[in-house]
Amino acid sequence: MKLKIILSAIGLLATAHVAQAEDVIRIATEGAYAPWNFSGPNNVLEGFEIDLANELCERMKAKCEIVAQNWDGIIPSLTAGKYDAIMAAMSITPKREEVMAFSAPYAAAINSFAAMEDSGLANLPETGKPLSVDSEAARPVLEEIARKIQGKAVGVQGSTTASAFMEQYFQGGADVREYKTTEEHNFDLASARLDAVVANATVLAAAFEKDDMKGAKLTGPLFSGKVFGMIGVGLRKEDTALKARFDDVIKAAVADGTVKKLSEKWFKVDVSPQE
Amino acid sequence: MIDLPFIYDAFVQLCSGIPLTLQLMAVSVASGAVLAIALAAMRLSSWPPLDLLARIYIFIFRGTPLLVQLYLIYYGLSQFPELRKTFLWPFLREAYWCAALALALNTAAYSAEIIRGGVLSVPTGQIEAARAYGMSGFTLIRRIIAPQALRQMLPGYSNEVILMVKSTALASTITMMEVTGLAAKLISATYRPVEIFIAAGAIYLLLNFIVSRLFKQFEYRLSAAQRQPLYRRAAGENA
Repeated sequence: MKLKIILSAIGLLATAHVAQAEDVIRIATEGAYAPWNFSGPNNVLEGFEIDLANELCERMKAKCEIVAQNWDGIIPSLTAGKYDAIMAAMSITPKREEVMAFSAPYAAAINSFAAMEDSGLANLPETGKPLSVDSEAARPVLEEIARKIQGKAVGVQGSTTASAFMEQYFQGGADVREYKTTEEHNFDLASARLDAVVANATVLAAAFEKDDMKGAKLTGPLFSGKVFGMIGVGLRKEDTALKARFDDVIKAAVADGTVKKLSEKWFKVDVSPQE
Repeated sequence: MIDLPFIYDAFVQLCSGIPLTLQLMAVSVASGAVLAIALAAMRLSSWPPLDLLARIYIFIFRGTPLLVQLYLIYYGLSQFPELRKTFLWPFLREAYWCAALALALNTAAYSAEIIRGGVLSVPTGQIEAARAYGMSGFTLIRRIIAPQALRQMLPGYSNEVILMVKSTALASTITMMEVTGLAAKLISATYRPVEIFIAAGAIYLLLNFIVSRLFKQFEYRLSAAQRQPLYRRAAGENA
């Protein structure tokens, strides 16, 4: 009798354990891309994506472990199985889709130039106005910007849509320099090593609120379009079941306004994807 | 599984970073050597404050990571607006000179100790004998100390130069597009780190193979005294 109870208890424990192991989703983020994701006080990860990840996991009834991972290795480590998903303001691009899968988008990517107030690039055309680079209206604006940044040092974070944007639209014009993080190119913008930077507008706006970035401002249009794409959860191609789970909860969170609410909390603007 | 044609492709593309890698290495090794000779002289000087100064320098630059030194020079110095108005800024503004400076300051600390070891390895008896012959100052260094010290320090110094070739990879962290910087860029375009890092590794291997061969040649030339004389080989003995 006693033995039976012990055995069944062990069995119960074992199944409970397995069930728990299956329901842990390990999510990687960069941790250096405020306000999307960043290390707050005491090295605790914070930001729009941390809040959203917790929200999505709650809806999936799963336990989430969020880890910080360098941007450089974030895709190789996903395919190597170190974690199951990426939520790091990663745009959905055809090139990335060759090696990985993406969930439904949970945000739109808006990029902008930024420069110091006293520099010649502080008044690029159409400052603050939304502009899709795929539209007809974009061509004259892009041409004028190309003329202004000719030969200037422009910083971007490597392997981002910002670097792809510079390569695609300003090839051979500006002296484009690649950095590991946006924080590093912001430093070099403040110290006048760079004439301008290109990055996600929400990230730049948040960074420029700090004292040591005084005098830096967004300049030129708020770019969107195919090259910047939409932002989704990065997943392994073979994990189709996990993709379906993420798709469902993301669509629900976008539809009921949760994403909009979180977006306004962290960015002061709504970046939730509009179809 | 491993895609050989792709590795070859990456290898060819990464080769365009070799000139910058070699330049950084050459500039920093050359200027580092000059500084190292001065530091070694300070370490060997009989005036304690000079010795202490050199000791402090070596302690700091050997005791902290090169990456930290590089960041302090590149990002740290640029935090002082005053510096941006001086004649130094046109140099420090450029990532290239910051990388060369950090590498040179770092290698000088290690090389100074190698040079000092080489000099101390010359037997005091020889120096006394040379003095007895009336040699002093530069003549003593040129004829007695330098040739032997150079021979003694070569193995250690070749290690240091090999390390420097590899250390240039750190310059990629401050936007330099040398071999490693190009590799990182290529990886971000293809998401195939394994093949590209294999190609990058092969390039460093090749460069260091050449460096170590050159040092071996140099060592051979300087060690005539330790080689077997030619007449013994002529007499049929295998050297």
